Amino acid sequence: MEKKRVNLDMKQYGMFIALIVIYLIFAALTGGKNLTPMNINNLVMQNGYVVILAIGMLLCVLTGNVDLGVGSVVALCGASAGIVMMDYKMNMWVAIIAALAIGLLVGMFAGFFIAYLSIPPFVVTLATMLMGRGLTYTLLQAQTKGPLPANYNFIGAGFLPTYKIFFGDGILDLVSIFVAIIASVALVWAELKSIKTKKKYNFALAPTWQTVLKLGIELFIIWFFFYKLARYNGLPFVLLIMVILIGIYAFVTTKTVAGRQIYALGGNRKAANLSGIDTNKVFFWVYTNMGVLSAIAGIVLSARNGSSTPKAGDGFEMDAIASCYIGGAAVAGGSGTILGAVIGAFVMGILNNGMSLFGWSTDIQKIVKGAVLLGAVTVDVLSKRKKN
Amino acid sequence: MSDYILEMKHITKEFSGVKALDDVNLQVKKGEIHALCGENGAGKSTLMNVLSGVYPYGTYEGDVEYNGEVCRFHNLRDSEHKGIVIIHQELALSPLLSIAENVFLGNEQLSMKGVIDWTKTRQRAQEMLAKVGLEHENVNAPVNSLGVGKQQLIEIAKAMAKKVELLILDEPTAALNDEESKKLLDIMLELKRQGITCIIISHKLNEISYVADAVTVIRDGKTIETLIKGVDDFSEDRVIKAMVGRELTNRYPVREGVTIGDTIFEVKNWNVFHPDDPNRQVLKDINIEVKAGEVVGLAGLMGAGRTEFAMSVFGHSYGQKISGTVKINGEEVNIHTVKDAINNKLAYVTEDRKTNGLNLIGDIKENMTIAARPKFFSKRGVINGNDEILAAEEYRKRINVKANSINQVVGSLSGGNQQKVVLAKWMLTQPDVLILDEPTRGIDVGAKYEIYCVINELARAGKAVIVISSEMPEIIGTCDRIYVINEGEIAGELSSAEVSQEKIMQCVMAHNRKDDGNGKEES
Repeated sequence: MEKKRVNLDMKQYGMFIALIVIYLIFAALTGGKNLTPMNINNLVMQNGYVVILAIGMLLCVLTGNVDLGVGSVVALCGASAGIVMMDYKMNMWVAIIAALAIGLLVGMFAGFFIAYLSIPPFVVTLATMLMGRGLTYTLLQAQTKGPLPANYNFIGAGFLPTYKIFFGDGILDLVSIFVAIIASVALVWAELKSIKTKKKYNFALAPTWQTVLKLGIELFIIWFFFYKLARYNGLPFVLLIMVILIGIYAFVTTKTVAGRQIYALGGNRKAANLSGIDTNKVFFWVYTNMGVLSAIAGIVLSARNGSSTPKAGDGFEMDAIASCYIGGAAVAGGSGTILGAVIGAFVMGILNNGMSLFGWSTDIQKIVKGAVLLGAVTVDVLSKRKKN
Repeated sequence: MSDYILEMKHITKEFSGVKALDDVNLQVKKGEIHALCGENGAGKSTLMNVLSGVYPYGTYEGDVEYNGEVCRFHNLRDSEHKGIVIIHQELALSPLLSIAENVFLGNEQLSMKGVIDWTKTRQRAQEMLAKVGLEHENVNAPVNSLGVGKQQLIEIAKAMAKKVELLILDEPTAALNDEESKKLLDIMLELKRQGITCIIISHKLNEISYVADAVTVIRDGKTIETLIKGVDDFSEDRVIKAMVGRELTNRYPVREGVTIGDTIFEVKNWNVFHPDDPNRQVLKDINIEVKAGEVVGLAGLMGAGRTEFAMSVFGHSYGQKISGTVKINGEEVNIHTVKDAINNKLAYVTEDRKTNGLNLIGDIKENMTIAARPKFFSKRGVINGNDEILAAEEYRKRINVKANSINQVVGSLSGGNQQKVVLAKWMLTQPDVLILDEPTRGIDVGAKYEIYCVINELARAGKAVIVISSEMPEIIGTCDRIYVINEGEIAGELSSAEVSQEKIMQCVMAHNRKDDGNGKEES
């Protein structure tokens, strides 16, 4: 039987490699400060909401648009949760449902104007951005509301159950180690299954050494990451939320009819329409979804801060948009991946984190982040041009 | 001394090791219309890009001699300076700017440095329009208010404004109907009288024999031969033979083994109004029926309402206030969306593959399966990826899409192969009725033949096939029966035994007269 071989697409891993390189650079600059268990934990907790927003934003970017309103919706939903708990003295479940409902409503509001009245998304979401922020200030009377109840704060700052043992000069959480083992087994199993399927259908396979190297790096990162978390305080609850959302959305975008319809719409709206895709419906749900994810991010943020503030989420839309572009999504729409957006979000996160540890001010951080965004997209565009 | 305005000698151009042009020679006499023929990918456009400086001097081997001197163009501007203007198939007009602005785009009429003299611009634009037979157009109207045919003429006016000596037209009539094409070709003849030399790239051989004084045929990056009118055999068959390198005995494959069955597609009393103007009726009482295994053509001039008919039937994708009934397999069906159409086994292979048919940044597999996916390649909304790959692979082989793999991006394929992908997309929805709208526009003779073979295969499988085409020989060559549509009405029905181009035109003309007659009676 003829054996087909195909090299792994390096571009697919380019941003991933860049992520590692940036991380190592800051490891060197800060003398390893960003390698500490506590810092790894902080990376997850500080970037949780940007990752959540980037996931939703990717869908908007796939349609060839953006949602400028997410920062405001984050604040509005956080504020609603705070008001329900503090002013109306209701329990946290009611607060969570209220926040999600408001996110859903804002999303549907924007989606309705975009999909059924054909108002450009840029304009609609610019409006929701202004309206959302104004509404938040009004609702909170420009005051910070807090402290929020501890069981609510668990969402943003809590950890999953642990089983700690003494290990070396500190402790080790066996639950994290256990999860790492499961993740490793799952990863290897998935790779083997994919190879098996490819063989069955006689598809091209990557050379064995490349597959082994790829698996090796992935396993190393998993173990590095979970070991560090195990040495600190176990698995943050935010990590669980992130992993679940990434899993769901990666599945939806690659393996479902609805997900592929978004790509088809972004690639050519007219052709998508004439292929039986209700593009208005796609637009509506993409922006509605963004509203709900903004609400989740709003809950996580307010829970981590332990308070609802009117300034919450300021500029988050830009971080989320930048994450998508850094992660390789096309500005014109139709191309990009959830994993790319997540990696993009972590690139931003590691930059923020590293520069803070290094002692650079937020002003300088903005300059660097801007330059990285421009650089990443430039490299992406140029490499695509070279191909043609 | 020499009477050649242009001599391209031993041109060789490589793209990363692959020779796109291999020792090509082209000689064009002053004041003639010289046609350049060849299948898609033969190297015609590459050659013209060398000539116009898109590929700068130094990136190719060989000499370009223009008016007896060797040229070293580094960009388009250099060649335009010398009076060489190229008009691409995709028009380079800015749709919202006025005609006058477009005519002098990049060549503005100035009163002083950087300031536009509007009076002069409009005046001169008027002069240029007169040269291309558009003297009655308002120079202040936006270009997108004109039809494609007139926009093409605006491009020529634009070239005239640049004091063109050598005009290159790349498939100028690809998007035009017969009438508009004729007008454009006559303008070319008029330009020739004014002493302008033209090079025309075209797939339409009847047009070439109408205007051209000489034909150079290119195949696989090499010059095959140059035929001169009045000296050599200039017939279409002769040119085709040179293009494909073999005698194409029949441009339309014979349809064998087809049994024509019952009527499976029927449209009755179909009325449609214009999407923007509820008072303007676009289609009036159209009645059409197609039997299983039958290939039926919709002939007519551009704008007659054929595409509008197809789109309005296909899930109300065009028009408003639509009335009438559609029967598929004997049952009346309600088709209000494209999804309904797909579910009722109706497929519409769209015209203009780039804007309506394909996601150009998506790969072959993605494009092939997009329409069939909800029904055949997914379960409760989750895609079965392996099934998709197998199906796409099967169709790639079956209709011979030339590509490295089904993961190749569609935008990088040639026109013919793109068209095959669109066709596969709709075949995968397993329809009983297929409407093919301009299935072979802008693709080469070989790919056309393959598409006709697919049409035959569909007929053999007992599908009802409707072909819409502006190329009358194609309709005549492929269809069992033809409806002639004119101004939104059926002007006549012709069987394949009686049909000819003249008959079709007679139908249209008779219908026009009848219309005029009715108008008089009413007034």
